[in-house]
Amino acid sequence: MSALTLKHTLTACDINFSGIAKSFAGERGAVHTVLEGVSFTAYPGEIISIIGSSGCGKSTLLRVAAGLEAASAGEVTIDGAAVRGLDSRVAIGFQEPRLLPWRSIAKNVALGLPKGTPKDDARQHVDALLRLVGLGDYAAHRPREISGGMAQRASLARALARNPGVLLLDEPFGALDALTRIKMQDLLLDIHAQDPATILLVTHDVEEALYLSDRVIVLGTSDPHSPATITRTVEVPGHRPRDRGDLDLALLRKELLAELGVEEH
Amino acid sequence: MSLLPATDTRPAETKRVARSRAGASSRPVQLSTRGHRWLPWLGALLPLTLLALWQYLSLTGVFSAVQLPAPSRVVAAALDLLGRGQLGIHIAISTQRVLLGFTIGALLGLALGAWVGLSRWANLLAAPTIGALRAVPSLAWVPLLLLWIGIGENSKVTLIAIGAFFPVYTTVSAALAHVDPKLVEAARTFGIRGLGLFTTVQLPAVLPAVVSGLRLALAQAWLFLVAAELLGASMGLGFLLTDSQNNGRTDRLLLAIVLLAILGKLTDLALGAFERWVKVRFPSN
Repeated sequence: MSALTLKHTLTACDINFSGIAKSFAGERGAVHTVLEGVSFTAYPGEIISIIGSSGCGKSTLLRVAAGLEAASAGEVTIDGAAVRGLDSRVAIGFQEPRLLPWRSIAKNVALGLPKGTPKDDARQHVDALLRLVGLGDYAAHRPREISGGMAQRASLARALARNPGVLLLDEPFGALDALTRIKMQDLLLDIHAQDPATILLVTHDVEEALYLSDRVIVLGTSDPHSPATITRTVEVPGHRPRDRGDLDLALLRKELLAELGVEEH
Repeated sequence: MSLLPATDTRPAETKRVARSRAGASSRPVQLSTRGHRWLPWLGALLPLTLLALWQYLSLTGVFSAVQLPAPSRVVAAALDLLGRGQLGIHIAISTQRVLLGFTIGALLGLALGAWVGLSRWANLLAAPTIGALRAVPSLAWVPLLLLWIGIGENSKVTLIAIGAFFPVYTTVSAALAHVDPKLVEAARTFGIRGLGLFTTVQLPAVLPAVVSGLRLALAQAWLFLVAAELLGASMGLGFLLTDSQNNGRTDRLLLAIVLLAILGKLTDLALGAFERWVKVRFPSN
């Protein structure tokens, strides 16, 4: 896998969140504020995990960064330019693979290619991406003919085909079994080592966050009725590839879980 | 000892091949009927039994020849009309009306269904009106069509088009409104919009539903054909029905009914084959 090189190298961007708030209209004109005052910067090539209890607005933050939803206040900028609507510098991997069932895996991956990619380049690039995620032999298969883990790899390849400066991943391995998840995490690190895009990863798995990222951002609230904001930012010690059994990480994991309201025995 | 692994691998190999073959077939029903080639002909059993019963009832005089002429008399009537060159004309003109009306109605249904299904504004603006028009019983249009278009081919084709329009419109607009929003969103994040989004995601997603709607529309078209031809026609199978009723030719009347059944079934078979192909080519999961 490491011998493979992609023709287009990713140029990582920095992405800055300043004072992001997001409100939704509730029942009878009530306004429900989910996020408030979220500010941080991810530097080019950095991997940042965003964790928090479910419903705290992790995914909403990612959707704002992707331009799928507009922030109620504040601004997201990528390399200094504001994100307004869907942005060509960003690619998203969702929790579900979201592949088109009637297209082959190769044609699904090709959907991610930037518009106007010449045909020969497109085929070569898709081939390279499929080999990168270990699906070289499955180019002609339909999504329902492959496993959930393989479909998620195809989804990742489709996001990478966009040649993104910022890769947003919304619980990409959340629906996979434990063994497949570990393989996917290592695959993501392989890809990142080769082409270091800036990655924002939303996850509910503290262990995954610590294993993969440079920094972990915790979203939370002081009381259940107020909007979520950044309650803590953790610089993860050491360098990748990390040891999954590392003692420091285990202690940090326990600390973060306690912060999320889970006491271990 | 050296023989054992060799004998062991063979069953494993055949098992693998058998499994991959089973996996390759998308329709397990085919497998179960493979050993019983006569099973598809089971559907012919009932018509043949009915035919025998019909022949028996008419021969034994339970019904008079005017009420229920024997099948042989119906066949004779068919040959007679064929000999005069009338049967071919009746069939041809009816089929032409159905195909024309069906095509026009289905195309309009596709266009309006796509418009209402894709655009929230169109849905708010036009859907209630079209829904109200749909509630009008088909025969209620006849006097108006005769008044506006007259007793010609146009009014008949228009009535059939009305009949074919609604099933297509309804299935297309409903299917488009229910395309998996997650797939649409994913495509949008990859910069696919407008017409590209329609041809890449929405159209393939609704194709199976569209073809089901087309089949319904074709059945409706035959239904409306008879309605159109019962009222003021000088040719066609519906005309043959009323004309035979007035002349007391029950044999021709039965012939018209049998022909309508056969023609309706044949056109439905053709669309059914297309539907199966679409469902394999554009699966929904």
